Amino acid sequence: MYHKEKSIQIKSSASALYNNLSVLRIAPRCLTYFTVVHANVVNMVSASWDGLNYSHRQLQSKEGNVATSSSLIMQAAWCVLPSRDLLVLTSQKGIQMYESDGSIMVYWHALDTPETPTAQAVFARGIAAVREKYICVGTSTGSVLVFDVPAKGSNITLSEVLEEHKEPITDMASECSGSLECIADLVSADDSGLLCVWKSGEDFQLLNKIPGFDVSCSSVKLWKGTVAAGYGTGQIRLYEGVTGILYAEVNAHARWIYSLDIAPFTGLLSLPVIVQLLSAAEDSLVRVWHLSLTPETNSVEIEHMYNECVTDTQICGAKFCDGDGYAFAVTGYDLSEIIRYTQA
Amino acid sequence: MSSRTLPLLFINLGGEMLYILDQRLRAQNIPADKAKKVMNDIITTMFNKKFLEELFKPQELYSKKALRTVFDRLAHASIMRLNQASMDKLYDLMTMAFKYQVLLCPRPKDILLVSFNHMDAIKDFVRDTPSILSQVDETYRQLIEIYTPLSAGEFQLIRQTLLIFFQDMHIRVSIFLKDKVQNSNGRFVLPTSGPVPCGTQIPGLIRMFSCTGEEVKRAQFRNGGNYTSALREGSFEMFGERVIKLGTNMYSVSRPVETHMSGTSKNSAQHTKVNTAPNPLAKEELNLLAKLMGGLEVQRPSNTDSGFRVNLFATDEEEEEALISRPEEFSYEVINIQATKDKQASAELQKIMGEFQEAGEPAPSSSSKGDDLLAMMDGL
Repeated sequence: MYHKEKSIQIKSSASALYNNLSVLRIAPRCLTYFTVVHANVVNMVSASWDGLNYSHRQLQSKEGNVATSSSLIMQAAWCVLPSRDLLVLTSQKGIQMYESDGSIMVYWHALDTPETPTAQAVFARGIAAVREKYICVGTSTGSVLVFDVPAKGSNITLSEVLEEHKEPITDMASECSGSLECIADLVSADDSGLLCVWKSGEDFQLLNKIPGFDVSCSSVKLWKGTVAAGYGTGQIRLYEGVTGILYAEVNAHARWIYSLDIAPFTGLLSLPVIVQLLSAAEDSLVRVWHLSLTPETNSVEIEHMYNECVTDTQICGAKFCDGDGYAFAVTGYDLSEIIRYTQA
Repeated sequence: MSSRTLPLLFINLGGEMLYILDQRLRAQNIPADKAKKVMNDIITTMFNKKFLEELFKPQELYSKKALRTVFDRLAHASIMRLNQASMDKLYDLMTMAFKYQVLLCPRPKDILLVSFNHMDAIKDFVRDTPSILSQVDETYRQLIEIYTPLSAGEFQLIRQTLLIFFQDMHIRVSIFLKDKVQNSNGRFVLPTSGPVPCGTQIPGLIRMFSCTGEEVKRAQFRNGGNYTSALREGSFEMFGERVIKLGTNMYSVSRPVETHMSGTSKNSAQHTKVNTAPNPLAKEELNLLAKLMGGLEVQRPSNTDSGFRVNLFATDEEEEEALISRPEEFSYEVINIQATKDKQASAELQKIMGEFQEAGEPAPSSSSKGDDLLAMMDGL
């Protein structure tokens, strides 16, 4: 179903962090950007679609006068808004936002870091662009920071802090189908496995809380109101976001899941509508699934399609390279390359 | 990241160090009483109350340099001497072993079981010495108190912090290569078979539900591996079967310890470049190290003739050769106190380090190997 393509070399290896790969497709320039986090550095590589040109850039988390072990970066992800794309970095010290090519930092938000370290770690993690103008970022206290982003310029402001989670946020996702009919705009997940489903606006509204089972949810996606959640036990669960109804439970992986992704435009013309789901874990396996939404029963089914084993690698990031799931890319701990697969 | 990582890093690396030294002491036929003294001295120093108090405080991980310095001092806490090449090799083995254990842990929480395996072995080394035994027991209690309440997510954060510390280390270890747990490129083998972790189901089952919660459909898929059910959970108490084998002693007299320096990835050099802070050692780290050293009480040998040298290599010639041929990017930079810019902190640290200078410590370019052997024999 998929075959391996030529890998992209990166300047330093990927660190073992959840969702450690972000992909931005820039159609007008026939380029795709990739970011991979290595400790306190973000490796950015832009790859031309003809496979001939690669250019690299490295961003460091330079905040304040950190003389010692500089702030480790927890996650880097592109936020695609109608008017602009921003690259967001979350670290132990705070949140940085850059223009999409990483050239200029447009905003910096510092976290409250105590003078002397406390037992509870301090960091930001979990990044999502929501609707036209919000970027939401999670923190280790469980707070979700909502930033209001203007169409251009650096006048980004913190508009709201959502306090529902009590455990560190692990991941966040916004509705990816592009459909305006969906009520739920954002889902946030934390270390206890709790999922919160939100509607965006001047004031974000909590639509539902789906409890965890003291099992950390490390990666989450939202498609047509369906929450796909990956857990530390290797399970994937599909929930109806607003009602909390469990659609499906999959014993998907033998180790902690590190990354989920959905290609929202896979099979738009088919009935029932099918999208591809990608899951990747510490067990070295990447799996491709089909999610199908049956309008009559209003239920979502999941079917396993394909396995890819990345030998001797604990995978930490896996993303589709495009909205229709034709290709996907994978990163692994200690690997200095982005491995790519395309459909045969 | 996690501020709870350092104690686990220290105890597990210390445990590996003791396994290796124990094996070398026996391989070199060091007399039992001397060998025991070395092990007891090192363990006493490792579990020194003030030292552990500092260690267990919530804090960021030390830099590789700082940690290497701590272990240098620890290895020399007794009458045993190690040359630079042997110390380098010892540290390589310790770090690759613990990296392996962290990577292969089925669940992040199992790192605690690995730590208990090391603690159990340490306890066994000092079972005849009640005073040290009580220090070790106290440490067990602290570990249990601090770590057993942590959630799986917090353990994963600890694990991720450790993996960042070990990033890009691919030193090949002979025992690992022989046992086929490490490839010739230095990367560890991650099997897609064997028991799944506690709390995880064997992959393969899909269950789908109606809106009333009833299961309406089941499907199976091929998981691409060869998994079996989880084993029972190991004990997180002071005693008990740990079940996990990671962290138990893999060395014995007949399995020598060798490392290979060649053929590792280019990126390790780049990695060192990226992670080097502008100052050789930042002020905060110096302060920390000073506090730590202040807690380290080193045994002064009453009689320098009882001192002896341990070699991590098969012969002295090999040891010399290893020192000369060690690639640049693998040099561990031990902290050079004089070179630091912060005068006050460095002065304090020098004072403390000064207290550790044993009387009659041989100069670096010291006696020939023949003299060492003679000194050893005199002590018998």
